[in-house]
Amino acid sequence: MANFSKSPVPQFTAEVYQNEYLPEGAGEVNAIVTVTSTGGGTTGSHPGASASSAAVVIMVDCSGSMDYPPTKMRNAREATAAAIDTIRDGVAFAVVAGTHKAEEVYPGNGRTAIADPATREQAKQALRKLKPSGGTAIGTWLRLADRLLSSADVAIRHGILLTDGRNEHEKPEELRAALDDCAGRFTCDCRGVGTDWEVKEVTGIASALLGTADIVADPSGLEADFRQMMETAMGKEVADVSLRLWTPKGTRIKYVKQVAPTVEELTDRRVEAGPRAGDYPTGSWGDESRDYHVCVEVPPAGVGQEMLAARVSLVLPSADGGAPQVLSQGLVRAVWTDDMAASTKINAQVAHYTGQAELAQVIQQGLEARKAGDLDTATSKLGRAVQLATESGNEDTAKLLAKVVDVVDVATGTVRLKQKVADADEMTLETRSTKTVRVKK
Amino acid sequence: MPQLTVCPSCAERLEPEDKFCGNCGTDLAAAAVASARKPWQPPAHADGSLVAPRTGEPAAGRPAPGYGPPPPRQEPDTAPGDYGLAPPELSAAATPYQAPRPEHSAPGVVPRAGATDPREVLLTEGDSPARPCVACGTGTVDPDGYCGHCGHAQPRERDHMEEELAGVAAVTDRGLRHHRNEDAFAVCTVDLPDGGPAVVAVVCDGVSSAARPDEASAAAARSASASLRTALADGTAPREAMHQALLTAAEAVNSLADDHDPDPDANAPACTCVSAITTGDLLTVGWIGDSRAYWIPDDRTGEQPARLTEDDSWAARMVEAGLMSEAEAYADVRAHAITGWLGADAVELDPHTASFQPDRPGVVIVCTDGLWNYAESAAELAAVVPADAREHPLRSARTLVGVALDGGGHDNVTVAVLPFPTPQPG
Repeated sequence: MANFSKSPVPQFTAEVYQNEYLPEGAGEVNAIVTVTSTGGGTTGSHPGASASSAAVVIMVDCSGSMDYPPTKMRNAREATAAAIDTIRDGVAFAVVAGTHKAEEVYPGNGRTAIADPATREQAKQALRKLKPSGGTAIGTWLRLADRLLSSADVAIRHGILLTDGRNEHEKPEELRAALDDCAGRFTCDCRGVGTDWEVKEVTGIASALLGTADIVADPSGLEADFRQMMETAMGKEVADVSLRLWTPKGTRIKYVKQVAPTVEELTDRRVEAGPRAGDYPTGSWGDESRDYHVCVEVPPAGVGQEMLAARVSLVLPSADGGAPQVLSQGLVRAVWTDDMAASTKINAQVAHYTGQAELAQVIQQGLEARKAGDLDTATSKLGRAVQLATESGNEDTAKLLAKVVDVVDVATGTVRLKQKVADADEMTLETRSTKTVRVKK
Repeated sequence: MPQLTVCPSCAERLEPEDKFCGNCGTDLAAAAVASARKPWQPPAHADGSLVAPRTGEPAAGRPAPGYGPPPPRQEPDTAPGDYGLAPPELSAAATPYQAPRPEHSAPGVVPRAGATDPREVLLTEGDSPARPCVACGTGTVDPDGYCGHCGHAQPRERDHMEEELAGVAAVTDRGLRHHRNEDAFAVCTVDLPDGGPAVVAVVCDGVSSAARPDEASAAAARSASASLRTALADGTAPREAMHQALLTAAEAVNSLADDHDPDPDANAPACTCVSAITTGDLLTVGWIGDSRAYWIPDDRTGEQPARLTEDDSWAARMVEAGLMSEAEAYADVRAHAITGWLGADAVELDPHTASFQPDRPGVVIVCTDGLWNYAESAAELAAVVPADAREHPLRSARTLVGVALDGGGHDNVTVAVLPFPTPQPG
């Protein structure tokens, strides 16, 4: 018998990992907050997002370059069809063709269609109209997606964006403005197909719209990737969740970042939420777990004192504009002690994610130096990356690094830059540099 | 939290439930804590050197004047028979004690006695959801116990507790350097089958390097006291009851380790335990770990104060085995490492018990190392125990806690004072 009393919102838990003990005079408090939501759509026990509360728009790059090679357009079309097949009955959806302007491909009436066998079939038929020609102005695609998504009265709004080239037909400020307008209105996963697109552009869009970014170097891989992406989107259960940080007077938030599954800097995305509290957007959640690194500076207190450095909660805005719903809460504490054994211990989680954040940074710096021809810096940064990736068990990143450098000695991080590196390998490393692994148990 | 009986600003008389002074409006929650944390005035001594502050380390080469008689002979727990205390020896260090000024050194602060009833705590907390913060005085305290303005933790019930019954008083305090109180005590009185009274004091010290030491000490104190109460009421001989109580307390601490622990790397909860029972003309002590009991006779001029317990500590073992002199052993960094404790990680459980028949009146001091770090030998302790301790056990316990805080308060400190012989009811 169905349990109708079950809350539509999944259960959130927040666990705090930290060494709360500080030596006399110290004031920096570090904590990893693991947020886990369960009871969402992907467990199977629950039908997932009540289908009528979600909408999704697929944006397919149809610029002229998609014809080189012609398989690219064909693969994009097939991938989009596979994604459409994955859309659940009752979900609102639309398909947009993106060039130097955005065009509705389906349903084409300025609104979204409701998924059922017939509309899915019609949408797939409409994909035949996709013809490569024209330029690339991604800002216009996002603005159209936003209009279509907001036409549906739904809680979860999601976009899927595919591009194969640089955003050449609008100014960077125009894309920036479009992102600013769309941020918080829908989430968007981005994929770059081939190797002619700009990694920073695509990861920047995904980051601003709280989605994932990845490379699909070989167009034949698109179909599986699109189906996977849509399945994840269909598993989202609750949107607009914020990480709320309350900190006492006299403290300073040094940084807040998501550190798993990817490194995502959140510090500057704070929205004030009452006295000494601020919200950091986390987008929509299905059955998943994410880790956040919170670093707070507190005024040093005497030995034996204890204070709360931060109260971390997950909040959901209420539909009627009232007080937000607190989904879960954790406390970050500071306790001053003269016990050196206690205060010098570094929490394993904090140490691990400090390393993972450094890993992402040295990969980006190393690749940048390599492009700029500063081979010494590139060698040392990427060597450090090899060391960090191996130490922390981030095997995927270690493998990607091995395609860019020849590893001489893992332990010391001694590497030689490879003479010839495939564009795809370099772009894959750059795109996935922020992917982290969790602490080995 | 200590309770003020008069306003520290204007000396207006206060009721226990007052949160602000009715006369001048002073914030009493903040004032109580501020004054409780003030360093105590040391009691005046003929020889002040005896309570010179120590920093928790045993002072190397420090003279241990009249370190006292050899520790009490311990008989097998099953062996019947008690023995009297060693005859008095003259000790130069046991200087006559000069009573402290009758008024409390922190003026007007008379900590509330018997504030250990958790129901009372809940009631007071429920009554005042908007208590002001003791640290900044500005914010109000959030339900999780931290100030909503400056984030500081608020005093907890266990930071300072007192209890007084006929024939025993105990005080425990967080001290000045630890963020929570991991000591615990329990006191009770029992009617023996023969109609006479028995008085029990249990003092426990949680092992900081283990998980949840505060829970360990609370569980041990509670269960040892309950076990003694039942056994003594049933007519069990005190030493046998004591032995059993230590085993029961150990069991209670062991069972804490079964619970799911957030930090799997931490040692299982552990604590020390020392108890004293006075019954008629008999004084019985039992212990595991390095918390201690001392005998301090009224007559400090002729009688010899004595330490009644022998630490389960590295230093004590070294001395006992003849491997080091006492001075050498206590100067070592490992001196205070304990070799016996209650808890699931304990290698062996070896409860020690001993009984004595003091031939004159005095008090038994049961305490954690938070006190004896500042008055280690029986003579040093005797020098700081008020002369009228037997008449005013609670005031004496507070004075001794004050000695520890004054010395630096590096550890939690717990003191129980049992007058001997037990005062007859009525």
